[in-house]
Parts: sequence; C-alpha cells; structure tokens
Amino acid sequence: MSSNVSERADKVQGTMQALNAQVADLINQLSASEAALAAAQHAGGTPFFVIGLTVFVLACFVGYYVVWRVTPALHSPLMAVTNAISSVIIVGALIAVGLSDNMLSKGMGFLAVVLASVNIFGGFIVTQRMLAMFSKKKKK
Amino acid sequence: MSMTVSLLAYLVSSVCCIMALRGLSGPQTAKGGLIFGIVGMALAIVTTMFMPQMQGFGLIVAGIAIGGAIGAVVAKKIAMTDLPQLVAAFHSLVGLAAVMIAAAAFGSPAAYGIGEHGNIHVGSLIEMSLGVAIGAITFTGSIIACGKLQGFITGKPIVFKGQHPLNALLGIGVVVMIVLLCMTQSPLLFWAIVVVALLLGVLMIIPIGGADMPVIVSMLNSYSGWAAAGIGFTLQNNLLIIVGALVGASGAILSYIMCKGMNRSFFNVILGGFGGEAAAGGAAAVKSDKPVKIGSADDAAFILKNAASVVIVPGYGMAVAQAQHALREMCDMLKKNGTKVRYAIHPVAGRMPGHMNVLLAEANVPYDEVLELEDINRDFAQTDVAFVIGANDITNPAAKKDPASPIYGMPILDVESAGTVLFIKRSLGSGYAGIDNELFFYDNTMMLLGDAKAMCEGVIKALEHS
Repeated sequence: MSSNVSERADKVQGTMQALNAQVADLINQLSASEAALAAAQHAGGTPFFVIGLTVFVLACFVGYYVVWRVTPALHSPLMAVTNAISSVIIVGALIAVGLSDNMLSKGMGFLAVVLASVNIFGGFIVTQRMLAMFSKKKKK
Repeated sequence: MSMTVSLLAYLVSSVCCIMALRGLSGPQTAKGGLIFGIVGMALAIVTTMFMPQMQGFGLIVAGIAIGGAIGAVVAKKIAMTDLPQLVAAFHSLVGLAAVMIAAAAFGSPAAYGIGEHGNIHVGSLIEMSLGVAIGAITFTGSIIACGKLQGFITGKPIVFKGQHPLNALLGIGVVVMIVLLCMTQSPLLFWAIVVVALLLGVLMIIPIGGADMPVIVSMLNSYSGWAAAGIGFTLQNNLLIIVGALVGASGAILSYIMCKGMNRSFFNVILGGFGGEAAAGGAAAVKSDKPVKIGSADDAAFILKNAASVVIVPGYGMAVAQAQHALREMCDMLKKNGTKVRYAIHPVAGRMPGHMNVLLAEANVPYDEVLELEDINRDFAQTDVAFVIGANDITNPAAKKDPASPIYGMPILDVESAGTVLFIKRSLGSGYAGIDNELFFYDNTMMLLGDAKAMCEGVIKALEHS
C-alpha cells in the first residue's frame, strides 16, 4: 500500500519536473521572440523618422486649419500661447537632467529647464492677462 | 510609469495643445482653450518626470521653480504696450533652450537612445543639427527684434554692402558643416554650427526696419516651433513634433497675413532695408509747400460733437503715447452724445499681430465695436469723421493711386472718403516708409499736431466745457 503511494508520488513529481521544464522552455522562447520583436522594431521595422514625419505633416495640416479659424482680434494671445506651448521642449531638458551621464549635459539640461519654465509660466500668464481684458467688457 | 502609458499621456497632451489653439477662434471660448493648454503642458512635464530611471527630481523641481518664478513676475509686471518686445524675448528663450537641449543630447547620446559618444546615428545628427541651427537663429534673431522694439537698437534698417551674399554664404556654411558633422562626429563642428547660426540670426534681423517687426516676430514665433519639432525628431517624441508643427504653422500663417497686409512678399520683408535710401530718396520733400489745415483740440471737439458717426483708426503711435485709455474716455463721451463710434484695425497696425486689439481691450473698448479692415472699409463713405490716431502709412492714398510709391498695392483704410479726417500726429513728417502722406494736404483733412494722449485729453476737456 505504502509503496504504491510512494510510487505515485514519484510519478507526480516526475510529471511536475517535466512540466516545469516545459514552462521554462516556453518562457525562454517567449523572451527570445520578444527580443527578436524589439530588434525588428529597431532595425528592420519602420524607422522612427518615417513615423515622426507622418505625425509632423499631419500636425502641420491640423495647425493650418486651426490657426486660420483664430479671429484676428486674438492674434496677440495666439502668439503668446504658441510661445508658451512651444516650450514643450522642456521634455528634452528634463531627460537631459534626469538621464544623462555627464555633468555638462546635466548642466545644459538644467539651464534649459529654467529657460523653458520662464516661457511656460510667462507665456500662459501673459495670455491669461490679455484674455481677461477681452472677456471683461462682455457684461457691459 | 510604463512606456505605453507615457506615450498615451503625451498623446493627450498633444490634443490639449491643439484645443488651446482651437479655443482662440472667439473671445468666449479662449479662456477654456487656455486651460487646455495649461493642462497639456503640466501633463507633459509630469509624464516625463515619471519616466523609468529618471533621477534628479530635486534639480528639476528647482529649475522649474526658478524659471517659473521669473516668468510669472515678468509676465505680471509687463505693461501691455511692451507686449511685442516681451513676446520677442520669450521666443529667444525657446531658441536658446533648443540649443542647450541639442547640446545635452550631443554630449550624452545614450540618455536619448540615439547612439553612443562619437557614434551618433546619422539621422539623429541631421535632426539635431537642424534643431540647433534654427534654435540659435531664433535666439539671436529674437534678441535683435526685442532690442529694436524696445529701442536699445535703432529701429532703422542697418544695411551694409555685401550683406545678402554674406548671409547666403553663412547659410551655405551651416549646411556644409552639418554634412561634415555627420561624417566626422566632431564636437568642434557642432559648436561651430551653433556659433555661425547665432551670427546668422543677428545678420538676418538687423537690416529689417522697426515697422516690419510684426512679420519678424511672427516669423521667429514660427522658427521656435520648427526648432521644437527638430528636437522632437531627435528625441523621437511625437508630442514635441506635434506641438512644434502647430506653433510653426501658426507663426507662418501670421507672417503671411502680415505680409499680405503690406502687399509685400515674405522675401521682400526678409531681405530688409525697406524705408532705407531707396524709398526715402525718391519721395522726400516734394509736396511740402502745399497748404495744410492745422486744428486745435477745441476744433476737433466741435467737429466730433456734430458728427453722427465716427471711426477711430489707431496705429503704433497710440501705443507709444499710451493713449488708449484717454481715447476710450473720449469715445464714451461721444457715445453719450448719441454718436456711433467704431474702431477700424488694419492688419499691420502696431508692432505685432493683434497689437491694437489688445490695447483697446485693455482700455475696456467692447470688442464688437472693433472691426477688421475688410469689414469696415466700405463704411467710410457714410462716416462723418475718421479719427486717425498714431497711424500713417496704413491710410496713405498713394497705395491706391501712385504706382511709383513703395507702398503701392498695400491695402489701406479708406479714411479719405469720410466727411472729415482728423489726423493726430506729432509732426508733418513722413511715416516709417519715408513716404509723404498726401492725405495731410486734402481739403477734408485737419491735422492735430501733438502727442496722441495729450490731444485726446484736450478733446475731452473741450467736450466737457461745451
């Protein structure tokens, strides 16, 4: 009786080991294919330039149609707000501070963060001041 | 934050920026648009800060705090009349930031995933050097524009022999150096591109006269956008590309509108020198012996009081004299008197697009009384008094009649067809283009010589006493 049980236990153990091996195999295969996929994206897939260019051209069209709809009376606020949002390059500056491996790049990044922040805050506040003047006399 | 989440957040941020511009289609929606813009920008910053492996939080927060404080103080303190130079100064900062980011990327390419030291991908190098060149031109160009608007650099065109060939040579030099940089990866060349582009920015803007600054400020606005897009390609970041393209398109359209308002091609403006020797030599001092009717504030008050409809034509002179509040007060009195008062804005009046609209808004002029050129030009014939305050060339009939005039073909406000033209001006001198305004010598024109603000106040006093 007891030998029977131990026999079964051995069998179960054997099956489990086989399963484990299979799982490990699968994981290996999976990560290998993932790596291959990543490699394909970097080397053989669409290069970023093409994606970026697509986005760029479409954004130019969006900009064209949106800006033509801006009323001429608000052209000054338009300049101020586009000035503020063009400081989105702060993203690049943040990466320079946070990820770069030498002091020069970090320093450059830090200065760029300061400059872009002047623009973001300054641009939005000036726009807000201008727009406040435009809406004030609606009640009058 | 995983990469996918960051990319989606950037997408939301891009849409917010588009909505910010969309909101400006009318004064009612503009404030909502501004909130979209602020949310989009905040989201972009937060997303980037929580990217994997980001360090230096303290430094980043300190940088944003310092920059933000400076920006907030400057933006709150600035007078509305100094807006054009403030915007120009802000553009220069975007340009400089673009240069620094490109330099940082060149110095540690691994952080941006564009290669290693001395072995940066060629595509990234091209994008980076284009971004850095445009950024550097924007930087110095905007400083010069700001200086001209503020008055610490002469507003007159600075021209010298061989200027255009020199600019062309420098431009070609930048392109050649970009090609060489791609082949050699030399840091020396990278900095040489920066220096030459900085120089080019100065040389491009100095030959352009102060009154052409609306075009230049819009153009630099556009450049700061293209620089951002260039950096976006380097960083492989769609958000930067989208926003850069939006800003670039916006600035380009504004430049186009300004050029059309002057009936000049973009190249004509860029090549500069307008109002220099060529224009001033031909037309100067020909008609100075003709009689001119000169009136006082009391005369003006009498005419205005008896008018049923008045159209105000403001120009840069109103901004210089800070006359918008006195002007609005004067118009309020006329309106109480039953006079119909409206304002006519020429596209290139002032020193930046929409400059006059902002000043009038500051003085609490209702925006439905402020009309664009094409909406009001036909009404001048049915108007009793056209009140020109600080404007000149945009009312000059020579633009319609005299094919030899440098401003021939420029759309003008037809003030001469009004019953009476009251023309406030400091002196009988010519405008920036160096052209005599024959309007001064018309029978229905009365010149009010003096400071725009003092003259408005004089008219107010005269109206009170009558």
